Amino acid sequence: MAELEVSRPILEANDRLAQANRQCFKDAGVKVINIISSPGAGKTTLLEQTLTRLKDRLRLAVVEGDVQTTEDAQRVAAVGVKAVQIETRGACHLDGGMIARVLPAFDLNNLDLLIVENVGNLVCPVEFDLGEDLKVAVLSVTEGDDKPSKYPVLFREAGVLLVNKIDLLPYIDCDIERIHATCRQLNPSQVAFDLSCRTGQGVDAWADWLEAWVKA
Amino acid sequence: MHELSIAQSLLDIVVEEAIRHGVSKVRRVGVRVGAFTNVVPDSLSFCFDLIKEGTVAEGAELKLTPVPLAGLCQDCGAELDMSEAVFSCPQCQSANVKVTQGQELLIDYIETDEG
Ligand SMILES: Nc1nc2c(ncn2[C@@H]2O[C@H](COP(=O)(O)OP(=O)(O)O)[C@@H](O)[C@H]2O)c(=O)[nH]1
Ligand SMILES: [Mg+2]
Ligand SMILES: [Zn+2]
Repeated sequence: MAELEVSRPILEANDRLAQANRQCFKDAGVKVINIISSPGAGKTTLLEQTLTRLKDRLRLAVVEGDVQTTEDAQRVAAVGVKAVQIETRGACHLDGGMIARVLPAFDLNNLDLLIVENVGNLVCPVEFDLGEDLKVAVLSVTEGDDKPSKYPVLFREAGVLLVNKIDLLPYIDCDIERIHATCRQLNPSQVAFDLSCRTGQGVDAWADWLEAWVKA
Repeated sequence: MHELSIAQSLLDIVVEEAIRHGVSKVRRVGVRVGAFTNVVPDSLSFCFDLIKEGTVAEGAELKLTPVPLAGLCQDCGAELDMSEAVFSCPQCQSANVKVTQGQELLIDYIETDEG
């Protein structure tokens, strides 16, 4: 019996690809955000609302991660922003290699912000670095105020928390303060916005913050 | 089921190390899994067993060692037990906390018959 010391991170291959993406984004001067939520929390609706507000203020493009359909990419294209679809064919997350393969479809030097909509899932996408600058977690109030404590890794890693569907608060039993309290424990420097992509409440504040962050 | 992709990356490294060291049969793979990762140890073992057939790791079992989350306050130097996933210092309230363990996903060692 012999023991060989290895000491290698299991995800080192993905991390290398992600790091190459990050260098490529840095060289081109483009910022990249990775939007993560469960299915139906409102990522695509948030994109439609955000892009409408920012498309004359920033040069934008979108990568849509979707298990099977191209519907989300079409919704983004309808706003007038270039969107490239990655069909993961069942995979529960995007990875650094998938992003690397779609990058040639973009003129990165002429972009300010690339937004990635990850596959709807609170667990798997978090383990796979894409080379992004910022993870944005979207949590809709209908999912329950216990989600940050049940999925702490995402809510720790996310630099921004967007609590969506606050128009529905009067009809449900969700303690939004509990969401914020848990997230503050997990990530004291996280930036948080409460919003409704239905009524538009809070979306301007988020879009203004994002524009300032991109230009900083 | 991202454990399948993680198991595949794990197997790739094991096979690569086996080739590099001229090993023909891997018996055991030691893996450290941080408590603050989204990896379920049982499902990682399950996926690894599915894909190891026909490789040098065919007869290998995973030895998974869970690593609890812990940190160090960068302001007052307190060592922090972070099992409650609170990322600030209970002594001095500082949010300037460095995680020292519990987020790793690491192949520690490989055991073989040879040698
Ligand atoms: N009431 C309400 N519904 C919303 C809001 N945002 C999104 N939705 C709805 O939630 C559903 C899922 O939204 P979608 O953007 O496709 O979610 P995704 O799967 O995260 O991309 C759609 O029917 C949206 O119209 C909101 O702020 N309030
Ligand atoms: Mg969507
Ligand atoms: Zn302290």
